[in-house]
Amino acid sequence: MTSMTPPQSGPRSTLLAPPRSRPLSLNDPGLRALLWQLLVGALVLLAGWTLLHNTLQNMGRLGIASGFGYLGRESGFAIEERMIEYGPTNTYARAYLVGLLNTLKVSALGIVLATLLGTLIGIGRLSGNWLVSRLCGAYVESLRNVPLLLQLFFWYAIITEGLPGPRQALTLLPDVFLSNRGLKLPAPADDPAWSWMAAAFALGIVVTLVLSAVSRGRQASTGRRLPMLPIGLGLILGLPLLVLLAFGGAGLDTPRLQGFNFTGGVTLTPEFAALLFGLVTYTAAFIAETVRSGILAVARGQTEAAHALGLSGGQTLRLVVLPQALRVIIPPVTSQFLNLTKNSSLAVAIGYPDFVSVANTTLNQTGQAVEGVAAIMIVYLSISLALSALLNWYNARIKLVER
Amino acid sequence: MDRPALPPPAALRSSPLHWVRRNLFSTWYNSLLTLLILAAAWTLVPGLAAWLVGHAVWSGDAAACRAEGAGACWAFVAEKWRFSLFGTYPVEQHWRPTLAMLLVVGLLLGSADRRLWGRPLLLLWPVVLLLAGLLMQGGVLGLETVPTYLWGGLPLTLGLSVVGLGLAFPLGVLLALGRTSAMPVFRALCTVYIELVRGVPLISILFMASVMIPLFLPQDVTVDKLLRAQIGLVLFAAAYLAEVVRGGLQAIPKGQVEAASALGLSYWQRTRMIVLPQALALVIPPLVNTFIGFFKDTSLVVIIGLLDLLGAAKSALTDPAWRGFYREAYLFVAVIYFIFCYALSRYSRHLEAQLSKGRRR
Repeated sequence: MTSMTPPQSGPRSTLLAPPRSRPLSLNDPGLRALLWQLLVGALVLLAGWTLLHNTLQNMGRLGIASGFGYLGRESGFAIEERMIEYGPTNTYARAYLVGLLNTLKVSALGIVLATLLGTLIGIGRLSGNWLVSRLCGAYVESLRNVPLLLQLFFWYAIITEGLPGPRQALTLLPDVFLSNRGLKLPAPADDPAWSWMAAAFALGIVVTLVLSAVSRGRQASTGRRLPMLPIGLGLILGLPLLVLLAFGGAGLDTPRLQGFNFTGGVTLTPEFAALLFGLVTYTAAFIAETVRSGILAVARGQTEAAHALGLSGGQTLRLVVLPQALRVIIPPVTSQFLNLTKNSSLAVAIGYPDFVSVANTTLNQTGQAVEGVAAIMIVYLSISLALSALLNWYNARIKLVER
Repeated sequence: MDRPALPPPAALRSSPLHWVRRNLFSTWYNSLLTLLILAAAWTLVPGLAAWLVGHAVWSGDAAACRAEGAGACWAFVAEKWRFSLFGTYPVEQHWRPTLAMLLVVGLLLGSADRRLWGRPLLLLWPVVLLLAGLLMQGGVLGLETVPTYLWGGLPLTLGLSVVGLGLAFPLGVLLALGRTSAMPVFRALCTVYIELVRGVPLISILFMASVMIPLFLPQDVTVDKLLRAQIGLVLFAAAYLAEVVRGGLQAIPKGQVEAASALGLSYWQRTRMIVLPQALALVIPPLVNTFIGFFKDTSLVVIIGLLDLLGAAKSALTDPAWRGFYREAYLFVAVIYFIFCYALSRYSRHLEAQLSKGRRR
């Protein structure tokens, strides 16, 4: 019989038999556990060695190099969408960096937007308005039950095939054009007004932080609060606006139609737009469910008690319900954020040059599959660990302090 | 006896008007939202209905669909549904995948009934899957052999999901047992495996399976492309299932294990007869949710070049005569995925209600 007893029952055997004097026997659970572990460990090592041996042999036969030496070589392929300078003469390492930055860009933007949309829809599902709650419910059910890849294909086809060409581009706002080449937006031009506005924006944030600390002290001593929301908004948005007025406007680089395409401005490429839109709408459906269950998890008595204390509806939500709901919401939302980051790798299917897509091209060129897949794993594991460390820190901060 | 001259409390009034008032116009912002939604519906719904049904083209060729003012081109679906559903499987043999799917779906429906759960059903599954596989593959009973590279469409999606889950589930249970084991070597191996797989995207695992499995094996051994994708999917799903099962294992009170040990049961006896039956029952709803996610995730095999349901529809769109009808094609496939996933998620909720009924006492 292959009975395998973990050392949990070890103390019992030592109680029955005096240690040392007992001869080594295969009936000793501790010894058996040790033997089993040695056996399985050896088998795993053997399997690993066999795979490695086969791989090295196969690679030698096919003339594939091994090691990360290829990183320093010229890549020879272009990447259209990039945040840093890059060309085919640059190295594979730099191509990886371009891909990594693209992954980070779409994930970070996606996480922010999906959180906003998901929270809205989650609250909407609990709305007292029948139409709103039904609409939000239908949204969640229809998006959650269709594969993300299908949705990405759909959005990408809508943009590239459904939208008109640049010459017939839709003008959403003045100087904002939507066409099958993507969304063209005006960009800040080289103008000192912009840096002054950024400085004013930063100043507004600092002053708001200081004021809210003052407000907390005031509330602790007098029970009165400053109206922080209008003050904060006024400072953060108003100061840059004042600077803008003082300069009499800031230069914009607007997109203009030239020949068959636009020049100038910034572009949201169809690939990026489809990926971002698909990821946000899909993940928002999952976040909405989490938010809904988090809010439902807060006992109704909490709301009633807050009302009885004279808090307004907004105060109740902000000071009583949300802090408690967040504790329930944060852990599952963390895994949704990680899912979004991992799902951004579906970019390879619609041609957005994210890390997996770049690594795949590299893999096909060099044939170095082991290193390519290892690079993907290292990058995503690092992102996952960093993101969960961040959110665990936040979770620990908002955790209920128990005596 | 005098009645108080007051209207009954709001909760008791239930005329349609009161319902409308309470659910649509309770506050000024609810009224505003209701009006906004109604206005949006007023402008969008007629156009959408005209596109979907009114002006839709139900039969004919692509030219009829491209006519001015034509709505949805259901003629495209009528023309291509076979290819979308069965991929490149030989047309005159389509009855075989159909029969195979009916067998599997029938057994799935049967398995939904909790009264039928038991050893016979468990033994029936491999038999039916083997039968379905033989039916697809052929080469026996005078059936023409159809190699796996011709398989495609819905049978492929269903097969990858069902076989994948069937193989991943035992592996996941073993991994979960290993991760909660008291033996450090097992614990370390299982933890590293689970965290490694869960930390990377599925697509990288599929790449690995499709390019690295041939490298791993000796020169004279070749593995079918479909099988490689299946191995990748199983390795992926097992890690996720393991975490769900571990949740159940950790919810079992320690006293259960101790009582079983006191009765003299060995580790595997305790696990098989005491721990797993309780732990698995606890995690059935999250397990079904993982199944749904996995069913959707099988669509990623498109990226490594298999023609599953999504892949077949996408490839039907490349027919030059029928270019541009992506809305109809994707809608058709989305509806099929939705039916399977929605049915499973309703079933999961139903099970949850049933199972918690017993526990609420």
